[in-house]
Amino acid sequence: MSVLRIAVVYPDLLGTYGDTGNGVILERRAAERGIAAELLMARSSEPLPEADLYCLGGGEDGPQVLAAERLVADGGLRRATEAGATIFAVCAGFQIIGASFPDAAGNRHDGVGLIDVTTTKGSGPRCVGEVAVDPDPALGLSRLSGFENHGGVSTLGEAAALGTVVAGVGNGAGPAIEGAYRGHVLGTYLHGPVLARNPDLADLLLRWATGSGELEVLDDAAALDLRSERLASVGC
Amino acid sequence: MGVRAMVGVAVVLLVNAASRLFRRGSGTVAGGRAGLAVDPRLLAKLAQSRHMALVSGTNGKTTTTALLSAALGSTGRRVASNATGSNMPAGHVAALVGGRGAPTGCLEVDEAYLGRVLDDTHAEVVVLLNLSRDQLDRMSEVRMLAERWRGVLEQSTTTVVANADDPLVVHAASGSTGVVWVAGGLEWRDDAGACPQCLGPISFAAQAPGWSCSSCGFARPTPSWVLDGTTAIGPVGRVEMVLGLPGVFNLRNGLMALAGAWSMGVPVEEAAAAMSSVIDVAGRFVDRDVAGTPVRLMLAKNPAGWSALLDTVADEEAAVVVSINARTADGADPSWLFDVDFSKLAGRTVVATGDRWRDLSVRLRYAGVPHETEASPTAAVALAGSGAAGRVDVIGNYTAFRDLLESS
Repeated sequence: MSVLRIAVVYPDLLGTYGDTGNGVILERRAAERGIAAELLMARSSEPLPEADLYCLGGGEDGPQVLAAERLVADGGLRRATEAGATIFAVCAGFQIIGASFPDAAGNRHDGVGLIDVTTTKGSGPRCVGEVAVDPDPALGLSRLSGFENHGGVSTLGEAAALGTVVAGVGNGAGPAIEGAYRGHVLGTYLHGPVLARNPDLADLLLRWATGSGELEVLDDAAALDLRSERLASVGC
Repeated sequence: MGVRAMVGVAVVLLVNAASRLFRRGSGTVAGGRAGLAVDPRLLAKLAQSRHMALVSGTNGKTTTTALLSAALGSTGRRVASNATGSNMPAGHVAALVGGRGAPTGCLEVDEAYLGRVLDDTHAEVVVLLNLSRDQLDRMSEVRMLAERWRGVLEQSTTTVVANADDPLVVHAASGSTGVVWVAGGLEWRDDAGACPQCLGPISFAAQAPGWSCSSCGFARPTPSWVLDGTTAIGPVGRVEMVLGLPGVFNLRNGLMALAGAWSMGVPVEEAAAAMSSVIDVAGRFVDRDVAGTPVRLMLAKNPAGWSALLDTVADEEAAVVVSINARTADGADPSWLFDVDFSKLAGRTVVATGDRWRDLSVRLRYAGVPHETEASPTAAVALAGSGAAGRVDVIGNYTAFRDLLESS
């Protein structure tokens, strides 16, 4: 590919928790390796642009429903996924790429259906706090650190969990698992700029999106120090 | 009424006694809490015979309250106010007890408490500044807050002095009977991209009306107060604002305060003159000294506040210390750091500190801002001041600012 195109999907609707940071981090990590990358802020009033890697963030209930409706109507995200694009979705974005999710009143809304995940309204209190996750060994990642803040709980169908919860709640339905992935589609409740704490997850997405097996090693001492400190804060 | 008044007086005395017991002066939150425990209607009773004004919004509350209090006091009347920023009912009770006898009250109100405090005080004027993301791990989502404000204000006869530039504030105020629209500015648009009435896309433009929804036609109302440089233009003509506080955002806070004072019958020239005497708002922007280094201490609590503040200091060259905590009062989740454009600090000497200096350091790395790190805030100030002579700019979020203020 000539230029790696990274799209932040609907920052006007899905950007509540600093999630646009994930797009910025991916763009920087590509650029620092000499991979020409372009960061696109794809607003909801425009047709979704073509890209190699799409990032979806969190959002409040009303905007989440609207974002899902527009993504379904637009069709671009589904077409891109089928063509092999990488999708990275966080929090409300994770719920949106699944089969369905509830609004504030508990009414069911269709998701984009990129991954077999169904979200329903949780019965307990909102899940808010630090999370530690041991990722699926097949992904070759270190222990993940993040922060979750969600009311819905998610059940996986034909999708693998991103990992096993060591601290925090994660998907919240049944077993202590977190997130989901299938092919190059990956969703997680670790919200905000989760890639800030987990540079190896950022690089996994970049490898998927660029098709390169190896990426030049970057100096991630600060990020790894941050991750250790955050994991230690929850006894991990 | 007689019995009720007697109970009120007795409780006021009890609160004062409690305050003295805690040795924290006459206006403490502890005293206010004790008073409310004795009489849950205490705030209403204390507000009953006064002219009351309330100020709420995500950013600028404390400063606007200080400016409005000064303006309201320009007529020579005493004003009771919660100047320290204790902005929930216990703080309000404490402030009104502390300012006993003052015929006017001017209260900063936490966004989530506006309904209750308006019910209790029957304020003549409510000044609504802006609504944006803040402490999302514990506060309501902003759209929900706007909806709650609207519900409260629809039931009230208060005059609402509202920022016409913020779609969420306009939504909250537009059900009210008496609204004074003010061009209060909006630094942060990312929470107002979806129409508060229909979720359609809001587009912002430089020309009139300024913003509008392309789906339902919801649009910026024409303000009766606007800013032209440092001149306020209102229904009674032009008045120059010479403020002792820096930045365009403080001029906008001044405009909101001026419109609020005017709505309560204060002549604008007197109000503007009184506002110019405000130079220290709870320690913000004041030149101080931290362990031998001259500093200017600044507070920014959320993305909108940081955006405004970084613009204000953008043209300066002083070394900058940024201190970030994530304690309960700050919000436990500093994800918002990625909503702040720290690249504005590129080219300056920057030191990252505070409890969450590691989060900040990673954020600065991706913003392309070379920096040093130092866990101790006072040591960070010394480090920043060691390179060159002159003042160091210190920006902290809530508890980080408070701790530095106490050590200065």
